[in-house]
Order: sequence, then C-alpha cells, then structure tokens
Amino acid sequence: MTTQILIAGFGGQGVLFSGKFLAYKAMMENKEVSWLPSYGPEMRGGTANCSVIVSDTPVGSPIVDKPDVLIAMNLPSLDKYEDAVVPGGIIIVDSTLIARKVKRTDVKVYYIPATQMASDEGITTLANMIILGQLIRVCDAVSDENLEASLKKVVSARRADMLDLNKKAIELGVNYVG
Amino acid sequence: MIVFDKPKSLTDAPLHYCPGCTHGIIHRLIAEAIDELGIEGQTIGIAPVGCSVMAYNYFTVDMVQAAHGRAPAVATGVKRADPSKIVFTYQGDGDLASIGTCETIHAAARGENITIIFVNNAIYGMTGGQMAPTSLPGQVTQTSPYGRDVATQGYPLKICEMLSQVDGAAYLERVAVNNVKNVKNAKKAILKAFKNQVEGKGFSLIEVVSTCPTNWGMTPEKALEWLNDNMLPYYPLGVYKDKYAEEAAK
Amino acid sequence: MAEKVLMKGNEAIAEAAILAGCRHYFGYPITPQTEVAAYMAKRMPKIGGTFLQAESEVAAINMVMGVAATGKRTMTSSSSPGISLKSEGLSYIAGCDLPTLVVNVERGGPGLGGIQPSQSDYFQATRGGGHGDFHMIVLAPASVQEMADLTIHGFDLADKYRMTSMILADGTMGQMMEPVSLEAPEVHTYDKSWAVTGTNCEREHNIVNSLYLVPEALEKTNFERYERYRMIEENEVMYEEFMMDDAEICIAAFGVAARVSKNAVLAARAEGIKVGMIRPITLWPFPKAVFAKAAEHVHTFISVELSMGQMIEDVQLATKCTRPVLLCNRAGGMIPSPEEVLAKIKEVAGGMSK
Repeated sequence: MTTQILIAGFGGQGVLFSGKFLAYKAMMENKEVSWLPSYGPEMRGGTANCSVIVSDTPVGSPIVDKPDVLIAMNLPSLDKYEDAVVPGGIIIVDSTLIARKVKRTDVKVYYIPATQMASDEGITTLANMIILGQLIRVCDAVSDENLEASLKKVVSARRADMLDLNKKAIELGVNYVG
Repeated sequence: MIVFDKPKSLTDAPLHYCPGCTHGIIHRLIAEAIDELGIEGQTIGIAPVGCSVMAYNYFTVDMVQAAHGRAPAVATGVKRADPSKIVFTYQGDGDLASIGTCETIHAAARGENITIIFVNNAIYGMTGGQMAPTSLPGQVTQTSPYGRDVATQGYPLKICEMLSQVDGAAYLERVAVNNVKNVKNAKKAILKAFKNQVEGKGFSLIEVVSTCPTNWGMTPEKALEWLNDNMLPYYPLGVYKDKYAEEAAK
Repeated sequence: MAEKVLMKGNEAIAEAAILAGCRHYFGYPITPQTEVAAYMAKRMPKIGGTFLQAESEVAAINMVMGVAATGKRTMTSSSSPGISLKSEGLSYIAGCDLPTLVVNVERGGPGLGGIQPSQSDYFQATRGGGHGDFHMIVLAPASVQEMADLTIHGFDLADKYRMTSMILADGTMGQMMEPVSLEAPEVHTYDKSWAVTGTNCEREHNIVNSLYLVPEALEKTNFERYERYRMIEENEVMYEEFMMDDAEICIAAFGVAARVSKNAVLAARAEGIKVGMIRPITLWPFPKAVFAKAAEHVHTFISVELSMGQMIEDVQLATKCTRPVLLCNRAGGMIPSPEEVLAKIKEVAGGMSK
C-alpha cells in the first residue's frame, strides 16, 4: 500500500515540521518514506507545502501530484489542491481558517478547528500537530502508538519542553471527532 | 669579504623576462627574504597569469599556477589546508587590480595570513602593451592609443590606498625598484611581509612600482626615469597600513 | 549497518563528504543547494575543518583548487548559474590533474532561470564543463542514500584518477528527505607525491600547473589524460537496469526523472506493456554498452528528461541510431508526471502494435 500525502498551508504554520514528523513516524514503523518540500521565495510567508509518501514498497516519484490525503491549513491551499485529490481520497480542513466547505463529493472530508483548538489549549503554534493527529485518526498510513519516539527525532533536544506539548497536540487531533 | 651569490631559493633557470625588466630584481628580493627567514622548505608560491606566469620555474619552492586574478583564492585554499606553510602570491596589475580585484579585497578582508607581492608597471606586458587598471591618465597604450581618457576609460586604481580601508589587512606598503635606495627599501618591506606571515600577523601586500621598458617603448634607463617622474607622483611610496605598528603606538 | 536517519539530500552530501575525509569546504549561497553550505558551516568548525563562504563561486572553486593542490580532500557545491562561474576553475583543475568533488544541484535555466529542479546542465557537465579537452566524472544520484554513497565514491574516483568528480543532482534530490544510513567508508590511500606540501628542502619543487607553451608537450599531456579517461570508461561505468529482461520499450532516465519513470514503468507493466528502464548512474562515462546491448531487443527508446533533450543524444550515440529514440520532457523547473511518461509509453506501444 502506498499513501501519498500533501500538507499545505502558509509558511510559518509548521507544514514542513509536521510532514517531517509524519515521515519519521512512518520510517520508525519500517515503512518506505519520502518527504519533499516546496522551496524558494514562496516559503517566505506565502504558501508552503510538503509531499510525504508512505509505502510498503520503495518510493518511486517523491512528488505528490495526486494526493490520497490532503491537509489544507489555509484557503489558498484548499483552492489550489482540492481538485487534485484522488477520488475516494481524504481532505482534512482546518475549519478555523477555512470558512468554505469542500465542493468535491467523491472524497471523504474531515473538518477540524485546529487553530481554535490550539488557541484554547494555549499551544497556538501547534495547530499543525493537531491536524496531523486528525490525519493519524482518519488514515491508516501510520499508527497512533509510540508518538514520543518519533517526536524526539524532530523536536530539538534543547526544546524538551516542546515534546509533551507536541504529544498533547497530536493526541487532541487523534481524539477529535467532528 | 663580500660575496655576491644567487639566493638559494632561486632556481638556475634563465629568466625569460625582457632586458631591463624589473621582475628579475623582485624575484631576487623574494628569494632573499625566503632564504633569510629559512622558510624555503615550507613555502608555497602562487604564480599569476601575465608576464610572471612562469615564476613557478624560478623559485625552488613548491608552486601552483593560478587562473588570471585568482591567486589570492588559490593561496587561501593552500593556506587553509595547512596553516603552517608560508604562502605567497606574485601578481601583476592586470591580474591583481583588474580581473582579480574581488579576490584581492576579500582575501584582505578575511585577514588571510598570506603575503602578496603586487607588481605595478601600469601596463599589460604579456599580451603586448594594453591599458592596465593602473595605467596613468593620458598614458598611451595599445588600447588607449590617444592616451587614457579618464572620461571614458576611468581612473587608475590605487590598491594600497584602497586596501588601507579594509580592517582585515595587516600590512600594506608601496615600494619601487628604480634605484638602489628604493630597492633596499623594497627588500625590507618584502622581508617584513613574509616575516609577518611567519608570525601569524595576517594579510600583507607589498605593491612594487616597476617598469616595462618594452611596452612603454623606452630604454631601460629611460623607463626608470619615467617611473620616477610619472608613476611615483601618482603612486606615492610609503607604508599605507601597519596594524601592529599602529597598535604598538597606541 | 548504521541507524537510518531522515536527511535532506543536500545534508546527506555534506555528511558523507565529512565521512570521506573532506575537511575543507568552500561555497557561495545559491538555491537549491544552500543546505550543503549551512551543514558544513555547522559541522566543520567542530571537527577542525574549514568552512569558508567565499566572495563568489569563482573564488570558491579556486580555493578548492588551492586545497586540492596540497593533496587534501576538498569540495564545493553550487547550483546551475554558480557552476557556470566555476567552469573556469574546473578547466584549470582538469589541466592541473587535481582531485576535487563538485556538486551541482541543478535548477532551471538558461540565465538566472528559476529555482525549481532541472537537468538542463547535462551537456555542460558531461562535455567537460569548461574550455579545453577534458572530462569530469559525472555521478547522478536518484535517492538521498545515493547522494551520500556517490559523494563518498566520487572522492575515491577523484583521487584515483586525479580529476573532478561532479555530483549532478537536481533540486528535488537536494531538497527531499529520505531515510539514509551513513557509515564511515573504507579508507584508501593514493599516491600524492605531486602535491605542494613544501619541499622541506628534501626534494625538487613540485609545480601544479596547466600551462604548456610548447604545443607538442600540451598535446602529450592531453593524450595521456585521455588514456586515463579511456580507463575510466572501461572500469567505472555505473547504471541500474529495471525490468529490462524482456523490454521492448526502454526508458532512459536519471535522477528524479528515473524516480518518476519507475512509477510509469510499473503502471505500464500492470497493463501488459513490455517496458523497462536503464538508469545511468554515471553520466560520464555514459553506459554506452548496456544501451547498445538493449538496442538488440528494444524497439524504441524514450529519454525522459528535465531539459529540452540532452541525454537523448548520448542514447542515440550509444545505440548508433539503430532504434528510434523519443523524448519525453519537461523543462524550466517542471517535472514530468508519471502519467505523462505513461502516456508516452502507451503512445509508443500503440504504434508498435499497428
């Protein structure tokens, strides 16, 4: 099985970071994985995205043109990628920042007010991890076990305090049922 | 008894320079400095592109021949690879002050612990007498046949003055080799520039105002006179920076 | 095997270079390879090495030349426009027979072009990379693991043959992360009696030089150098064959184009089309023999490239134009999708069955 995931949002929303966590999580579950960011000026406050592919077989093209799963963290990302999602795929929407509904009817859609939840919990920078938690819940690319081991790979040792907060954020997302 | 002998650090290869050219004198001064400091076995020289491209044949030390203007960058690499080595470049005015200005300024800015011998004769010799970045206003060359017109061809670069504004440079002096007194001063400056490096004092550059009788179209004697009457007023001799002397004076 | 870590291709190159004993890095920032420099800036001071941000790419390659002249391992990295600036130094380094490693994480061109992935420096890399008769060994990684492995291999080849090894990657390879396992390689020793290390007054001086004013002498060094190149063509060719046993259609692709094409080959095979792929890993020396052999049973070749069609000429030369070689390409920073490659394969397969 191969799952192609596209995480898209504004630069600064932690799109690349959550993708990196996801890639580590998959790698530590002995899956094949690739992570590819968009790069260049668009990263400076514009739209940022990253392609993560999780597979049981070696990853061919690392580019995700037709995602099985799209995480849209802002409206421009949903506008841009909604039509690209494969029929039967998944779209996860941060409903705090995106007012409109998904137009497609041939995909599964999950709305989660990740930004609001992060704000309520006092972890405003971690909406990306909440929404990633939702991905873990609704798609079986990776499991929700052993989060900490993978978090340790992406959270700098100097920010050990962030470990628990990230874990909390992911769990919020995993447990959220819209 | 005074014995006049060839410095150890010069090979027996006959110099290819034109009659009356001052490169020979400058080569000798460098070799004497290397001998006196006893650094022959540790020294690596970088030859430029230009008349002195074959300098690698004349010194007994290990030599690298660099692309036009890039000698300070090559020297940086050699020095960084082994800081215990003594690294010098030998460059003309086209090499150092035109195509290699960037490499020169930045090697100085980094305070690379190297020694640069910059031979300024206000003309491109190797290619047959074209205008150099240091050609004087009004100077007739093959590519300034009506005299260097500063309105269209700009002004000469004064390298020592320019580099004196660069914090990383440790020692800058302009010397000449047109008479015995000046040659003696030049020797002292070159020796000091090498000694600075041995002592880890950083970037030293000695600008040697020199002649090109062939391309100036003069006899060697006349060329020395022309240097004195025309070059030296534009390029005054002297120390332009001596960081350690300045610090000691404070 | 060492523990697998997730790393960007650019970082894998940098860490692999350090493992290979490179302690002198010179560079200049340019997207999309800047992570190499950033990684070196962090690591080199901690291991007694040199990281120097040069004033230009021109200066950086000449600093590399200086270190290489002393016999030590050294490298620089850049992206397409920066490599053009380095081409002067690459030619001098070739003329001086110095071992160096140069990385080109390509972006679209010509000119300032763009910053998205490209393979349009193929000609520049494989035809020498500067003025005069010379070659570089050109290695084309198609994964982050290969970014590391080929860097280590590239240093060895450079030392063995006294020339530049170039890692020719594209923006995707530089920017993507994949699991990679990094291990200190076996240490080989090479004769470096030619290096400028100071005579210590115990030997004749060494001269590292590319100037030969006597044409007979210059001709002789060129013939000798090309004799070495011939040995490289004989011994150092690397490639990967994928589903080629019964292939009637053969994709030729390297780097990210090969990754994309692999998807297309699998999809076409699922539809019963006999297609395979030859992925050159060394672009110079080009794997001529394997293409020539493939031409005995392959009906049509398709060169998949992120350029206007450059490697296609090598495929045509290697197969001596005995079979059609078609181009499937995107350019300017665009990457062909597996669907585009698949469509081309189907078009060819359809034509064949007629």
